[in-house]
Amino acid sequence: MSTVIAPVRETVRAADRVAAARRRVSTAETFSQTLMMAWRALKKMRRNPEQFFDVALQPILFTAMFAFIFGGAIAGDVQSYLPLMIPGILAQTVLTTCMATGTQLREDMEKGVFDRFKSLPIARIAPLAGPMVADLVRYTIAATLTFGMGLVMGYRPGGGAGGVLAAILLAIFTGWSLAWVFTWVGTIARSAQAVQGISMMILFPLTFLSNAFVPIDTLPGWLAAFVRVNPVSHLVTAARDLANNASLSGEVGWTLLASVIVMVIFAPLSVRSYKRHM
Amino acid sequence: MSITELGRTGAGPASDGGADLAVRAEGLVKTFGTHRAVDGIDLEVRPGEIFGVLGPNGAGKTTTLRMLATLLKIDAGRAEIFGVDVAANPHMIRQLVGVTGQYASVDEKLTARENLWLFSRLQGIAAPRARHIATELLGQFGLEDAADKPIAQYSGGMRRRLDLAASLITRPPLIFLDEPTTGLDPRTRGQMWDTIRSLVTDGCTVLLTTQYLDEADQLADRVAVIDRGRKVAEGTPDELKTAVGNSTLQVQLAEPADVPTAVEIVRRVLGSEPILSPEQGRLNVALDQADLAAEVLIGLRTAGVSISSVSVAKPSLDEVFLALTGHEADDEHEAGTEENR
Ligand SMILES: Nc1ncnc2c1ncn2[C@@H]1O[C@H](COP(=O)(O)OP(=O)(O)O)[C@@H](O)[C@H]1O
Ligand SMILES: [Mg+2]
Repeated sequence: MSTVIAPVRETVRAADRVAAARRRVSTAETFSQTLMMAWRALKKMRRNPEQFFDVALQPILFTAMFAFIFGGAIAGDVQSYLPLMIPGILAQTVLTTCMATGTQLREDMEKGVFDRFKSLPIARIAPLAGPMVADLVRYTIAATLTFGMGLVMGYRPGGGAGGVLAAILLAIFTGWSLAWVFTWVGTIARSAQAVQGISMMILFPLTFLSNAFVPIDTLPGWLAAFVRVNPVSHLVTAARDLANNASLSGEVGWTLLASVIVMVIFAPLSVRSYKRHM
Repeated sequence: MSITELGRTGAGPASDGGADLAVRAEGLVKTFGTHRAVDGIDLEVRPGEIFGVLGPNGAGKTTTLRMLATLLKIDAGRAEIFGVDVAANPHMIRQLVGVTGQYASVDEKLTARENLWLFSRLQGIAAPRARHIATELLGQFGLEDAADKPIAQYSGGMRRRLDLAASLITRPPLIFLDEPTTGLDPRTRGQMWDTIRSLVTDGCTVLLTTQYLDEADQLADRVAVIDRGRKVAEGTPDELKTAVGNSTLQVQLAEPADVPTAVEIVRRVLGSEPILSPEQGRLNVALDQADLAAEVLIGLRTAGVSISSVSVAKPSLDEVFLALTGHEADDEHEAGTEENR
């Protein structure tokens, strides 16, 4: 049996360290640092009740609640309301989830740990990119739970597994694109509370003034006009087409286009204003 | 002002061997709005020493350190760490410097072990080695028992220790410690001092800031005294003490009511102002020569001022500070708050 003897700590030699120091971060390093930051974001999500609510409970509770409250009034009964409502809930959950991104980034930047990140030899973008990667996991959980709850309540999507999967992927992509808006808000607002407030102001009209829970033709003309151009409506319609009919309608195209436009505008804005903090 | 000049001799930018220095800063400036928080500071830290930056709250200590650590942009002047230019090669600097800030910079939502793991992995240390380092550091800093508890449950001292541990993961050759013992109880403070001393034994160089004069005296090989963004003196703690006067006469009067009389006598005998101690009826008198103590005591005796105790000592850094800056080290109002707004 050999005993482990602690090795004598070798002396730190500054000249060797200077010689070994790299001048910049490589792409491979940036990638693995981003994944570590994603790991951190997911660890924190599991410990944060609020986020847990967004991701896990909201899809379950809202699905049940909305079905029973609006089901009868809007579609006659719960069963026939589900195909209309589940894609709506899907859009809403994903959007609520992506709102948290901005608040969280802001919170991070206010905390001492951000100073640590800044002082480490890591890619400046990693603390921003990590949570964005982790978000993909959050959207997936939220979207899967929404459909799962729908299935439990008797929803039988006509589009089959393929259609549902496509709807989920579309929702994730849209959510991820829109998250850049909230990230941007996160980098410019004064406090985490302010981020929360501003994000709510953006999010509420987007989700509720959409066709997520009610058919457009039941709305007064002026409201219907807004609802029709609201990108969330396009997402909801596209998700309905995919999940219920497995049809790749033009709505899917519109949704993708709107998402890309949002991303092209807000991703550079976010990165630029984030870099000022770094 | 002669003290200032005296303190600065030998501290001017050396024309040769800049690469041999751990830190070399020339004319560092940082302006917030119209307020020059750091107003032209020169520093030279030699490898293997503990260098103390001493100054009251708001003096610009943190700002100086943050500029050197690449956390803040240097507005004017330049800085090199082990010969590497801070502004030109921030990524290299971050590999050479471990930073422990004034407030713990660890993730509150993670455990101590997870924090160390995260910071190790971020710096490219392979998983098994990262695990090993975490365990080793937790042991070294007496955090094993709390290793898997969230930081939110940690005491101030534990947070500080974890924060320092996190700065040592890659065993950087230069370590910045911003007020490492502020807010710690005396026992924890002593432990922190031991830890800091052991870093230097390992071959590291330490640059620390402090508001505590005794801390600089105890730990630092050399001290720069800064006030309102400027360096007012530099030297070994002993040199600074000598600069203020060779010795101090401390007189405890039996009757506090005699203070004005005693002050008058000191003025007459030495032609200088005594420093009134916070304690009732105590005078500190800076002396160029210890002999002069006798003159003062005779003067007091002649005037019938009775003395309960008397001592002649080297001046404390408190007195050094007072003499250098014209106000007391813990005098926050004068030190900067009025300029902060
Ligand atoms: N981010 C900032 N914005 C504006 N003023 C600042 C900022 N950071 C520091 N200051 C000001 O600069 C001065 C020096 O601050 P600091 O370096 O923190 O002093 P110290 O660490 O010596 O207490 C203070 O007057 C402080 O109010
Ligand atoms: Mg400070």
